[in-house]
Parts: sequence; C-alpha cells; structure tokens
Amino acid sequence: MNADVLRSYLPLYKEAAMLTIRLGLLGIALAFLIGLVCAAVLYCKIPVLRTVVRAYIELSRNTPLLIQLFFLYYGLPKLGIRTTPEACGVSGLAFLGGGYMAEAFRSGMEAIAPIQLESALSLGMTRTQALSSVILPQALTVSFPALMANVIFLMKETSVFSAVSLMDLMFTAKDLIGLYYNTTESLFLLVVFYLLILLPISLVGSLIERRLRYAGAGL
Amino acid sequence: MGREILRIEHLHKEFEGKTVLDDLSLTLAEGEVAVIVGPSGCGKSTLLRCVNALEPIQGGSIFLDGAEIHADPRKLPQLRQKVGMVFQSYELFPHKSILDNITLAPRKVQKRSREDAEAEALTLLERVGLADRAKDYPRQLSGGQKQRVAIVRSLIMHPALMLFDEVTAALDPEMVREVLDVLLDLAKQGRTMLIVTHEMQFARAVADRILFLDDGGIVEEGRPADFFDHPKTERAQRFLNTFTFETVKE
Ligand SMILES: Nc1ncnc2c1ncn2[C@@H]1O[C@H](COP(=O)(O)OP(=O)(O)OP(=O)(O)O)[C@@H](O)[C@H]1O
Ligand SMILES: [Mg+2]
Repeated sequence: MNADVLRSYLPLYKEAAMLTIRLGLLGIALAFLIGLVCAAVLYCKIPVLRTVVRAYIELSRNTPLLIQLFFLYYGLPKLGIRTTPEACGVSGLAFLGGGYMAEAFRSGMEAIAPIQLESALSLGMTRTQALSSVILPQALTVSFPALMANVIFLMKETSVFSAVSLMDLMFTAKDLIGLYYNTTESLFLLVVFYLLILLPISLVGSLIERRLRYAGAGL
Repeated sequence: MGREILRIEHLHKEFEGKTVLDDLSLTLAEGEVAVIVGPSGCGKSTLLRCVNALEPIQGGSIFLDGAEIHADPRKLPQLRQKVGMVFQSYELFPHKSILDNITLAPRKVQKRSREDAEAEALTLLERVGLADRAKDYPRQLSGGQKQRVAIVRSLIMHPALMLFDEVTAALDPEMVREVLDVLLDLAKQGRTMLIVTHEMQFARAVADRILFLDDGGIVEEGRPADFFDHPKTERAQRFLNTFTFETVKE
C-alpha cells in the first residue's frame, strides 16, 4: 500500500463521508418519525390506517433499497415529480427504515402491560398524552437494542446511494478504482471510513443500552 | 343525602357474547361509601371498569355527576378526571419518580404549574406518611407504599368519585393495614367511594352500604351490620360462610 496515495485520497473520502453521514442521519431521523407514527397507529389499532401501515411495513421491508431508490430516481420524474439524487437517497432510506423502526417501536410498546395505559387514561390523559408520557418512554427501553441495530443497518445501506449518482463513500471508492486502479488503497480507505462512522455509533449505542438496562432494573 | 355522584341504569355488559353484568342499577350519593363484595369472577372489577369507561358497555347508561360517560369518546378524558381509580397492582409509572408520578396528570391534563402540583403532591404524601420518598422511584418502595402513592396520584386530580379494586389483594399481610387506614381516613373526610374488597372486617368498618354482587347483578344490598349479621338471601349467606369457615378452622 502506498502512503502517498492514501494521503492524496483522504480529502475525497472525507467529503464523501460527510455526505454519507449527512444523508444517512437525515434518512434515519425521518425513519424514526415514520416508525413512531406507524407504531402508534398499530398500537392504537386505528381502523383502516392500521391496514395501510401494515401494507407499508411489508412493502418497505421486503423490497431492496436499491429498487426503492431506482423507483424514486427514475420513476418519480416520469410522474412529473422532480427530485434530486440527495432527496431520493434520503427518502429511500426513510422509506426502508420506517418499516423497520415501526416494528421495533411496536414490539416495545406491546411489551408494556396494557393496564399501564389504562392507569394513565383513568387519570384523565388523552390517548396521545398517555402514549407519549407513559407508554413510549418505557417502550424505548425495551426497543432500544432493536432501534440501534436498525440505525447501524441503515447506515450501511447508504452504500447503495452511489447507484443514484450520489458521491458517497462507495461511489468515491469505485470512481477512484476506475480512474487510477489503486484498488488496495481505495478499498482500504473505504473500510476505514465505514468503520469510523459505524464504530462510534455502535459504542455509544451499547453504552446507552447498558445504562438503560441498569435504570430499568426492576421495571 | 347530598347530590348524586354516580347513577348506573340497567347496565348490561358482556364479553364476546358472555353476559357478565345484567340490568344492573345503582346510585351513589355524595359522601357515600359503598363496598362491593361477591365471589371471584362475578364481575366486580368489570363494574368498576365500566364506570370510567375502560370497558365499553352493551346496554344501559352510566352518569357521572349528571354527565353520561359512555356517550361521547371525545369527552372521556374530561370525565375521567372526575373518577379516581386505584388498581390492585398499583400501576405506578416505573420510569418516573414518586413526585413525577403524582404530578404528571395535574400538569399534563389540568395544566397546573409544576410548583403548584408539587406543593400539593407533597402535602398529600405527607398525609400518607411518604413525604420523604418523593424523590425515590417506584421500584424502591414496598407494595404498601406504592399503593399509598397510587392513591395520592388519584387524589391530586380532585375526583368526585374514587374507585378501589382490591387494592390490598397483592400486599403482604403486614402492609394491608397501612393502606386500609388511608381508605378509612378518606371515608372520614366524606369522600365518595366505590370499593371492591375481600377484607370483610374492613368492609364492615368503612361502608355506608354493602352491595353483594353475584351472577351479573346486585343480589343484596344493605347497611353493613344488617348484611353481615343477618344476610337475607341464601346466596349471601353462603358467600359469607366461606369467610367464617376460615375462623372456625383455627
Ligand atoms: N377482557 C375480558 N375478556 C373476556 N372475559 C372477561 C374479560 N374480563 C373479565 N372477563 C370475565 O368476566 C367475568 C367477571 O370478571 P371480573 O374480573 O370483573 O370478576 P371479579 O368479580 O373482579 O373477580 P375477582 O374477585 O377474581 O377479581 C369473569 O368471568 C371473567 O372471566
Ligand atoms: Mg377483580
């Protein structure tokens, strides 16, 4: 491996990493929101909507992100909706992640005894108040490991962004290999940068998980 | 007797076609304490749960302070504030401190200020002997202490009616008394209460009226002394005998 090559590639990778992180985090944040709303719909068994949500979850979890991105990137313009590659990447990730997050939130909420909800309702809380102050905080403790696993999974899924010509890490590596044939250096940096992004998330995740488990002891 | 707090008319309740409460009527005046007794599975919990609409009903109507509780789901949160409910299993919120457990509803639901809610919470905790546990979490408390907190959490909403569903049934014997004393105290203050219990001594001491529930309806009702010493119906006699058997055995 050539140190000079590595050094000269570094700025390109840094920029690509920033893009991966920015779009990844944005997509994941949206996935959290979608998941939360979907889980609330399922938990409250809202008629009609719950069927729509179930269908969405199945669709999002059983189609590859690449196909979802192609649909957004090539399909939407055909319908007269203009998009940018960045918007496609973010919404594709949110669409995929929403389904996974919904399931993680829902299983956590359903792990909380229904009588906790009744206890909150009997104090005069609305369903929304009971969900947000009583059920969700407890459900989060249960769901946390699954949510964390989803975050890491989705962050890794960003590697298909290159397919809609986003200059993310994967795109950069492929591009450099194609241009200069420095395969080893290019792939090495690719791995290092993904690790740099994912390891801290993993570490912080397990740290929080341990603290949650401690706080939740005897829950 | 004062104004009417609770009026149940011809209540009909079933679970998947199986009738649990049938044509049950009942009124409770302000300041009245009624104790419901009856064999296991006769529908005592279900009756209480119908009163604050945790269970939908299939017939009849229930009025709280004049307002029909099952009429409009959108008015439910408003109406439920008038009914405090204490469960057998306490149901404190495990992720919140004792103080936050108590002040959550007044602050979220009634939009009272934190200072105001906390001040009242501490006064109420003081009254049940738990002021020093305000900062603790539910898991740090004994069952009896948790149940007293659950009672305070209901009281702070200033309900017109309190429902108690076997609130001592999950407690170790030595903690039963501390909770029952709180209930006796509330009765003395003139609270309107509907209590389900298997503690017959306590029922006798606290009740203005005993309701004997069996087979989906109120089979017998009367003043405690009359009911316990001279039950009129054969079913009530048989029910009370199951309790005397325990004392005879010793
Ligand atoms: N959610 C439910 N679904 C179906 N049946 C139910 C449900 N809840 C209660 N029941 C039935 O209704 C009847 C009355 O139950 P309930 O819990 O009100 O009795 P209870 O008098 O409170 O008994 P206990 O003294 O054991 O607490 C029982 O036969 C019970 O099996
Ligand atoms: Mg019961």
